[in-house]
Amino acid sequence: MGFLDIRNVTKSYGSVQVLHDVDISVAEGEFLVLVGPSGCGKSTLLNMIAGLESVTSGEIAIRGRVVNGVHPSKRNIAMVFQSYALYPNMTVAQNITFGLEMHGTPRAERERALADVAKLLQIDHLLDRKPAQLSGGQRQRVAMGRALVRDPDVFLFDEPLSNLDAKLRVDMRTEIKKLHQKLGTTIVYVTHDQIEAMTLSTRIAVMYRGHVQQLGTPREIYDTPANVFVATFMGSPAMNILPARVALRDGVPHARITDAEGAERLLRFSQPNLAGWDGRDILLGIRPEAITDPEGADRKSGNIQGLANRVSVTEPAGSDTFVTMVLSGRDVIARMRADASVGPGQDFDFAVNMDKAVAFDPQSEERIAP
Amino acid sequence: MPTPVQADLRTRLQDWLPRLVLAPSFATTLLFVYGFILFTLLLSFTGSRMLPNWTFVGFDNYQRLFGLQHWQIALKNIAIFASLYIAICTALGLLLAIFLDQKIRGEGVLRPIYLYPMALSFIVTGTAWKWFLDPGIGLERVMHLWGWESFTFTWIKSNTMAIYCIVIAAVWQSSGFVMAMFLAGLRGIDNEVLKAAQIDGASNWQLYRRIVIPLLRPAFLSAFVILAHLAIKSYDLVIALTGGGPGRSTEMPATFMYSYTFTRNQMGVGAASAVIMLMTIAAIMVPYLYAELKEKK
Amino acid sequence: MSAVTQDTAVSTGRVARAFIYLLLILFALFYLLPLYVMGVNSLKPLQEITGGNMMALPATWTLEPWRAAWSSAQIGVQPTGLKPYFINSILMVVPAVAISTVLGALNGYILTKWRFRGDTIVYGLMLFSCFIPFQIVLIPMAVVLGKLGLAGTVPGLILVHVVYGLGFTTLYFRNYYAAFPTELVRAAMMDGAGFFRIFWRILLPVSGPIAVVSIIWQFTNIWNDFLFGVSFGGTSQPMTAALNNLVQSSTGVKEYNVHFAAAILAALPTLVVYVVAGRYFVRGLMAGSVKG
Repeated sequence: MGFLDIRNVTKSYGSVQVLHDVDISVAEGEFLVLVGPSGCGKSTLLNMIAGLESVTSGEIAIRGRVVNGVHPSKRNIAMVFQSYALYPNMTVAQNITFGLEMHGTPRAERERALADVAKLLQIDHLLDRKPAQLSGGQRQRVAMGRALVRDPDVFLFDEPLSNLDAKLRVDMRTEIKKLHQKLGTTIVYVTHDQIEAMTLSTRIAVMYRGHVQQLGTPREIYDTPANVFVATFMGSPAMNILPARVALRDGVPHARITDAEGAERLLRFSQPNLAGWDGRDILLGIRPEAITDPEGADRKSGNIQGLANRVSVTEPAGSDTFVTMVLSGRDVIARMRADASVGPGQDFDFAVNMDKAVAFDPQSEERIAP
Repeated sequence: MPTPVQADLRTRLQDWLPRLVLAPSFATTLLFVYGFILFTLLLSFTGSRMLPNWTFVGFDNYQRLFGLQHWQIALKNIAIFASLYIAICTALGLLLAIFLDQKIRGEGVLRPIYLYPMALSFIVTGTAWKWFLDPGIGLERVMHLWGWESFTFTWIKSNTMAIYCIVIAAVWQSSGFVMAMFLAGLRGIDNEVLKAAQIDGASNWQLYRRIVIPLLRPAFLSAFVILAHLAIKSYDLVIALTGGGPGRSTEMPATFMYSYTFTRNQMGVGAASAVIMLMTIAAIMVPYLYAELKEKK
Repeated sequence: MSAVTQDTAVSTGRVARAFIYLLLILFALFYLLPLYVMGVNSLKPLQEITGGNMMALPATWTLEPWRAAWSSAQIGVQPTGLKPYFINSILMVVPAVAISTVLGALNGYILTKWRFRGDTIVYGLMLFSCFIPFQIVLIPMAVVLGKLGLAGTVPGLILVHVVYGLGFTTLYFRNYYAAFPTELVRAAMMDGAGFFRIFWRILLPVSGPIAVVSIIWQFTNIWNDFLFGVSFGGTSQPMTAALNNLVQSSTGVKEYNVHFAAAILAALPTLVVYVVAGRYFVRGLMAGSVKG
């Protein structure tokens, strides 16, 4: 039993089921990120943990206590909302202590808690201001302060960074991560941004169409995505997915693909279990950073395959250069070092790190290797 | 399916509290609006005269109602009044709004002047226009005193023209409001769209006809609905301006209903006329409100 | 309306602009004319109206018509002036506006932040009640007021105006609160605030503008109402009914100057509200027309 247990939880509106049998157990101090495209059910799940939406079936338990039907204010949770939801008519100090006041905490204690939180978040100088007088980042801090001051069992974050500009978002991301490391709180965090999910979490639940597609550490999710959806949703640019056929050469499975000219090419797999797929179609998944210029290839990899191919587009992005080419009729993106000399129309020798390749069943789109 | 979990007492109370607080308002509305409509509807099928009585007479009242010349005058008048009132208010309101939207100096002064009549009651409006249009002391006499001896303006004393006096007063009262609605609509139009149209070579006239006016469709619809329902309810203005006269020449359904119910002791017929009025308004309002509420969802 | 942009992409020529200004000023005169006529003639002795030019300024300025309209004009059978009716109107308007606005605020709060199955139907039914022709309820209302012993009394009129004003006040607050972030309510809920506390501490402090709109709208409507006043006013008739009584009375000489003064007196409260808070007045009209 975990610290926060979500047991076979479903949610339906009338006959429309928006969440199917979600089963997640969160340990104390864990940072769980629910990630997925809009409409995947992640916010619904968060609201159900908060008690803002009812649970159709299943159980949610916090510290072993089933909280279905328990009023949000009695679950000992705190939530940071996307719009921050600061009370516009109250000062920062009043915003932060409102919850304590509602719970009947004596004034002296409220003051003390306020001072602690203000110091922790470095908002001491803002306490007498109204939310309208704050910048986006400051509002974000106040919203977190309001959650922290309650010293809850579980923190819920509902896309807290999506209203900030790009630079501030990165700063606040680090801030939240630091805070988590320092306080060791249990956090459930909803976002549609896969980078936020990767950087912040100790575990990620990737959600799509009301199902948890995969639950695992960021590394597991990234390296061994459970299916094509997870593979393409996590990572930017997305994992390349191209049709291939498994062919055995000397008993070793290879991926048979075609290059830009339509000529057949073979890439040796590192995963022997694909031998059973001999002669069958698969979907081959290769992350952009696994296709590089030969000098940039991962030295620790035991299986770098050379692949000459025509370059269609190059996009220098400063730190890297992205190169687009055609493989098996699909656009495939490779990630080169910034100084790799490569231009459009040129034939170039790519190095493919097949240790990192993933194979999917083309029908079910589930991962079959590794 | 796992068993539904019992909510704690406070949560359940909180669940019911909103509905409890809303209940008195809703119950009042149900009783005083929908209950009363039902009451009047039933009454219209009875032979009630001075007081309600419940001898049912079927559609007799409706038959009598539509046989009454008095009612036919009222219907004819409401048709003239409503169509002119709506058309002129809309045209005038649109014109003033478009003109005011041309970066007019003094807009801040003009706008409230156009709009203030809306703050006055129809009784005050009626009183003002009654004397202004009165040939004995009003406009006609002023023109004579200013030397235009042949000027005549006796509409308010005329059986055929008095209804147009009501239109004038009503337009005076409401057109500024329509102007405000159109002005808000105009200000809500994205300027970039207009600039794009100009770059495409549209003249001012084409710009308004092809781009702006079509974009004001919602304002047109709202104006129509509001004006139509004001027109059908119009009672005060007729009473104050002409009292339904001369003779019965400016009688409207609203005044007809009142006089048949309360002074002529024909409550059944009065109720029938009220039902007809309600049905007319409902035919306009229900689709409109339905569409609005649905959109909102 | 004051914050709207003055920037328009349309440019007009010099002649066209002159024409536009001319037309706008002519219409301004058209709208001002009746007010001018009433004002000027309420300050003249009667013989100057019957014997003189309605458009002319008074030769002899007098406040006598105003005094007469206020305290001695014959209304119905009593030479009381408008004063007692003015008091009736005040006694009726203040509680009716207060009650309907408070209820409207609560209703709007519930219909947006505590939604329940069927709330749209409830709202739709309340909204439609704004637009019924009141003739449809006159007869049963007379019966019910009679049964309640409220016929012809100020409390009776208050009841009527609250009942038929609820739709509008609910509409205003609902639309206003609909734009108020629901996340705030949720945050307050998680902070442990209950139904009334959220309303009182979170929503009410930011409801100022819409409350003003609602109050002005209700005040104007109820003050200007004639149909209910004349139907159910009995011995407690409001201003509008009294003014009509005065103007329509067929006995004696028509004292136009007194009529004009009385009309302005009857219009004065709403005019003052319009002048002082015109912005809110306009917003109320708009909100009442562009539904949603």
